[in-house]
This record gives sequence, C-alpha cells and structure tokens, in this order.
Amino acid sequence: MAQLAPSSSETARFSQRHLIAIEDVTRDDALALLARAEAFVPFLEQRHKKLDTLRGRTLINLFFESSTRTQSSFELAGKRMGADVVNMSVRTSSVSKGETLIDTAATLNAMAPDLLVVRHSASGAAQLLARKVSCSVINAGDGAHEHPTQALLDALAIRQRLHTIEGLEIAICGDILHSRVARSNVQLLTLLGAHVRLIGPPTLMPRDAERWGAAVYSNMREGLAGADVIMMLRLQTERMQGGYIPSAREFHWFYGLDEDKLKLAKPGALVMHPGPMNRGLEIDSRVADDANVSLIERQVRMGVAMRMAVLEALADHGANAGVET
Amino acid sequence: MNRTLITHARIVDPASSRDDIGDLLFDHDGAILDVAPRIEAEANVIDATGLALLPGLIDMRVVIGEPGAEHKETFKSAGRAAVAGGITTMVMQPNADPVIDDASLVDYVLRRANDRSPARILPAAALTKGLKGELMSEIGLLTEAGAVLFSNGDAPIVDSRVMRRALAYSTAFGALVSHRPEDPFLARNTVMNEGELAMRLGLPGNPPAAERIYAERDLALAELTGGRLLLDMISSAETLDCLRRAKTKGVEVYASISVHHAALNQHAVMEGEGGYRTFAKLSPPLRREEDRVALCEAVASGLIDVIVSGHDPRPAEDKRLPFEEAAFGAAALETLLPGALSLYHNGAASLMDVVRAMTLRPAEILGLKQGRLQKGAPADLILVDLDKPVRIEAEKLRSKSRNSPFDGRLLQGETQRTFVSGKQVFGGS
Repeated sequence: MAQLAPSSSETARFSQRHLIAIEDVTRDDALALLARAEAFVPFLEQRHKKLDTLRGRTLINLFFESSTRTQSSFELAGKRMGADVVNMSVRTSSVSKGETLIDTAATLNAMAPDLLVVRHSASGAAQLLARKVSCSVINAGDGAHEHPTQALLDALAIRQRLHTIEGLEIAICGDILHSRVARSNVQLLTLLGAHVRLIGPPTLMPRDAERWGAAVYSNMREGLAGADVIMMLRLQTERMQGGYIPSAREFHWFYGLDEDKLKLAKPGALVMHPGPMNRGLEIDSRVADDANVSLIERQVRMGVAMRMAVLEALADHGANAGVET
Repeated sequence: MNRTLITHARIVDPASSRDDIGDLLFDHDGAILDVAPRIEAEANVIDATGLALLPGLIDMRVVIGEPGAEHKETFKSAGRAAVAGGITTMVMQPNADPVIDDASLVDYVLRRANDRSPARILPAAALTKGLKGELMSEIGLLTEAGAVLFSNGDAPIVDSRVMRRALAYSTAFGALVSHRPEDPFLARNTVMNEGELAMRLGLPGNPPAAERIYAERDLALAELTGGRLLLDMISSAETLDCLRRAKTKGVEVYASISVHHAALNQHAVMEGEGGYRTFAKLSPPLRREEDRVALCEAVASGLIDVIVSGHDPRPAEDKRLPFEEAAFGAAALETLLPGALSLYHNGAASLMDVVRAMTLRPAEILGLKQGRLQKGAPADLILVDLDKPVRIEAEKLRSKSRNSPFDGRLLQGETQRTFVSGKQVFGGS
C-alpha cells in the first residue's frame, strides 16, 4: 500500500534561522521538529521516497572534519527533499583557521546556497560562519560544543521505541568532557522532560557538570541503576595518550558497557551509540548487536528523517523563503 | 586453649580514648573478644602488670627491597624487624624493581609477603606508570587488586596536569594519593637542610621552600579535584601553615612525618667524631630545631595525622661514603616506637596523641579494621614497657640494613610482645 507523501503544510515551525545549538532551541521547536520527522519515518520506508519540497534549493555540505555517516545522512536527506546537494570537503589547514573559515564564507556566499551544513573541529565555528553567510546554517558538529541534529535523532529514536521522553531515566556514559553529542543530548533530553545522568571517569567529566541539571556518577554501576536508556559515547583513542585514563583495559573494566553492567539498568533498557563504535572498549559487541536492546541501527535510520525535518523547517524560515542574495 | 587473656595492662586505645588498667581477651584465630576492667575467662593468661597494651602499630611508609634489591631488605627481614619494633602492619612503597604498577605485582606482593613476613604487608601501588610521573597507573584495577594507596615513591610528579588527573581520577575509586612534596629543581644535588649549618659544612642546602611550593600545589589540586591527598613525610614548619589552611577549608588532606623528623634535628649530621654523619642524611632533610618542635606540636594538635618510620634500608656500602655521595635514608622499623615515644617522654605530646598517629589515624585513612582495641577488631596487639631505657645499637638491629640515625642514642620504650591476628609473633614465651 503506497503511502502519501507528508503534506508540506505540516512543516515544523522553527523559531530560529539557524540550527547551531540545542541551547537555542525551545521545547516547542524541538517537539515540532520531532513530530515532523516522525511523519517522514513511514514515508522513508516506501519504495518511492522523493519529495519536491526543496526543489530548486541548494544545500551545501561543508565538512572540515571527515565524517561518513553524518555527511551522507545530510546528503540523502537533502536529495529526498529534492534539493541540489553539493559536498565540499575542506582539509583544515593548521594555521589561521579563522581566516580560512571567513574566506570560505565569502566564497560560499557567491554560490548562493539556501542551506549550509557545516562540521568543524573548532567549537564555535558554526556560529562564526552563520554570522558571515547569508543562508541558514546547520551545525553538524563543532569541536566539543554541539551536534544538535544528533541529539534530535537520538530523541526521535527513543520516542519511536518508548513513545515519550518525559520522565525517562537516561544515562550518558563515557567521555563527556570532549563530547559534543553529550552536550547536545543533555540539553535536549532535559528540555523534553527526561532525567539525565552523566557517567564517566572524573578526568573525562567537565567541571560543574551537575549544573546542567544532570546527576553525575563516576561509578558506572551506580549510575546505571534503574536507567531506561543507556547512551554510550565514543572514546577517542587519542585521549588515552593524553593521560585522561590509564589504559584501555581499565576503561573497559570500569566504564565499558557489557552484559553484566547492562543488567543493572531497568529490565528492557535500551542501548544507544552515536557511532562509530570502539567494540571491546566502550561497548561489547554482544550488547551492541543485540537487536532487542540496541537502538544503534535505528539511530542511523532516524538520521535521515530527522534531518529532512530540519532542512525543511529552515528552508521554510521567513528569512530564506523570501530573500535571495 | 585457643584464647589468651592479657591482664592488668595499661590499655591505651585512641579509638575509645581509653587509658586505664584492664584486661583484654582475644582469639588465636584473629579477633579481640572483649576489653574490660576485669575479665574472667578460660584462657592462657599473660600478666601484663607494668606494661602498656597498645594496638599494633601501622607504619604507612616502608621501603622494603623485595623484589629487586633483596640485599637491602626482604619481606622476611623487614617483617621480623617490624614485629620486634611493635609494627603489625606496614604499607610497602612501590619503588621496588620492578615498580609495583601492575595489578599482578600487587597480587604477588600480597601473596609473597604474607607468606614470608610475620607482620602484615600492604602494597602501595605506583601513582604513575614506572614512577615516571607521566601517565597515571591503573588506579581502579590496582585498587581492586589490593593496593591501599598510590604513591610516586621519592620521585615527585613535576607535571601538574598529571597530578591533577591522578587526583581527579582517583576519586572514582576513593583511592588515597600519597605524594612527597618537593620541588626537584630546588632540591637537586642538595644533601641537607639549607642554612647556617650547611654553610659551615660546605654542603649544598635544601630550602624548606622546595617542600612548601609543591605542598601548596598539591593542596590546591586536591581542592580543585576533590581527591584524597596524603602529604607524605613533610619536614618543615612553613609547610604546616599551608596544611592548616587546606584542612580549615575542608580539603580531604592528611599529612605524615617520619619519626626522625619528630625526634631529631639537623644537628644529628654533626654527631660523632668530626660530623658528616651519613646515617643522618635523609630526604627530606632533618631541619632546624624550630621545625622539629613545630612538627611535634602538630602531632599533638592532630594537624599531622600520622607518624611513619620512613624505613629505607641502605647497605653499608651506600652509606660509607663522603656525605655528598652517600645515599639518603634510614632503617627505622625497630626505632619507630621508641623514637616516637620520645615525644611523650619529653612532654611534647600526650601518649594518646603519639599512639593515635601510629594506630588509629593510619587505620582510618586507609580504611583498615585494625589499629583499635575493640571487640571484633583484629587482634593486632603489642605489649610495651613504655619507660624502659634502650640504647639503640645499629649493629643489633634485625633489619638487613642498619643505617639508623638513632645509633648510640638512649631512648625509652621497648616492645615486649607482638601479636598479629591473635598469634604471638614476637617476644616472651
């Protein structure tokens, strides 16, 4: 049975011109985006999955840091919506990044895109670019700052399985200090009414992390007790050379999610990971690959639907709809 | 009969602030069964009239030598010297060869030591891998293996970020970080306390500021991270000011001094014919009399938590050298008790304060059940003749190395019997 394309009159209303950080997103914005993405989910399961909502519009993927899944997810989302998608991979030069970024913005302006998706290794890079270009900017990850669409797709994946986020106990585990995924998720999940716990070794926990309104644990076993959802983060292997943790085996022993630790969470607790995973370090394969508990594959699938909703909402934003530079 | 009753002893127990004549009954399988003014029981009876009954001493800083330097000291020789000195538990420093920085080595020490030594030996693990001060060791796995604290031996951690991370990381496991504060650049090539005496002897002096600078840094980092810090073997009055400030602020910090710094001053270097006495060459150095007095007052006030032996056995060939070339360190397992009792005998601190710093406080800091004379606690006990004069003769020490700065001194206090876990391991039949 063929399903109709979601009506474009139900486009999520979004109060911002850019999507740089969850910090700027209101609860209404988030709920509207999630509802709209949910409408795209069944659509994406059809054979024919192309819309023309963004026909004639240009989406540029500007990636200063390599990324397979986020870049292809945005590319696919843009194409499903009918936009022209251009991928630009820019090797970050080690000197004067700020200058390069502003130069790049001038070049981009000349191409007159409607939507710009940017990933950069420096926190604040997306914000800087947003001030310099004349289109909407979507942050696809800036340094250790934010990765808002990842948080939105994580929320979508949870909602799809558990129907609500309100009141859930959600544990985010691992390298919180360097994680933009954690920063975005803490804020979004809290905004949506979840109780967030942050679990990690004290060397990988930001100071004053409890000021986010999250409960902070250095003992994973205590932190997991009664959790509905466990969100594991990727441990960047270069962190070990930095002396944040003594060894991979110690990290795995105390902070790796295995079946034994999973038993401490609520029965039926779900496991998430933004990928790519270090199997045998922060997560055991037996947990990651268990379809009954793992949402990891679903997270990837939700990515396209969520980004379609975001692209549509921003393309529709007043500043973009009317003005052409 | 598998129980022993000690009668008419002067029972000194800091945990209950008890200091009166009474009896104590214990089981040979390890536990204290009762402590009371008068106990009637079927048991072997030891009449301890005239003797003090104390918890066995817990010595938080002992260098052994096994594995790697068995010519200096072994688990067996250290254990024998310890129980003769009233020490029933010692914390072994990680600077062995190999360095105790791996869970398998902690396990080895626990097994081997308890096989060989009549006193309990608890391993301290290296705070950084290989004691290099670069990368923290596996504090979690080492704690699970049985390491009771984390120390970098005598090598200070220079990189403050490494120290910060070690202190922060250790909080996940409630681990205790022990660090000897000393700026290695200010201390480089120095051999005694800086000042008039060093000037007259022509020896390069170590300024107390070398200690204070690192103590301040470590205290600031403990405050920043919430880590548990032991300032290991401090030596000078000015460090006490920093310590007091940190404790007042509520930072979880403890401090220890060695018995030598409580009982001796830098003039020990001058004793004997012609001076330059290498047995008194210690690190940190013995300092001025004013410093010694301040340290004793700090023991009495509780500002200093612990008195350790700082036992560091050095064979004769390492000490029979010109002062500047001789090794640092003193053998002290058998002189800890009489040396520390000198504070009581000369009125610098009460008996209770002195005993507390070698029993209850170490037990509390390390989370041990011993160190108390209470029903249910392990029967680690010593009977001591507090007033008996003893002439320290280095040649008669049981330790394999006999480098004692107390050599030739007259002290008071002798261990008559020692029990570990209810078993007599030293003294009369």
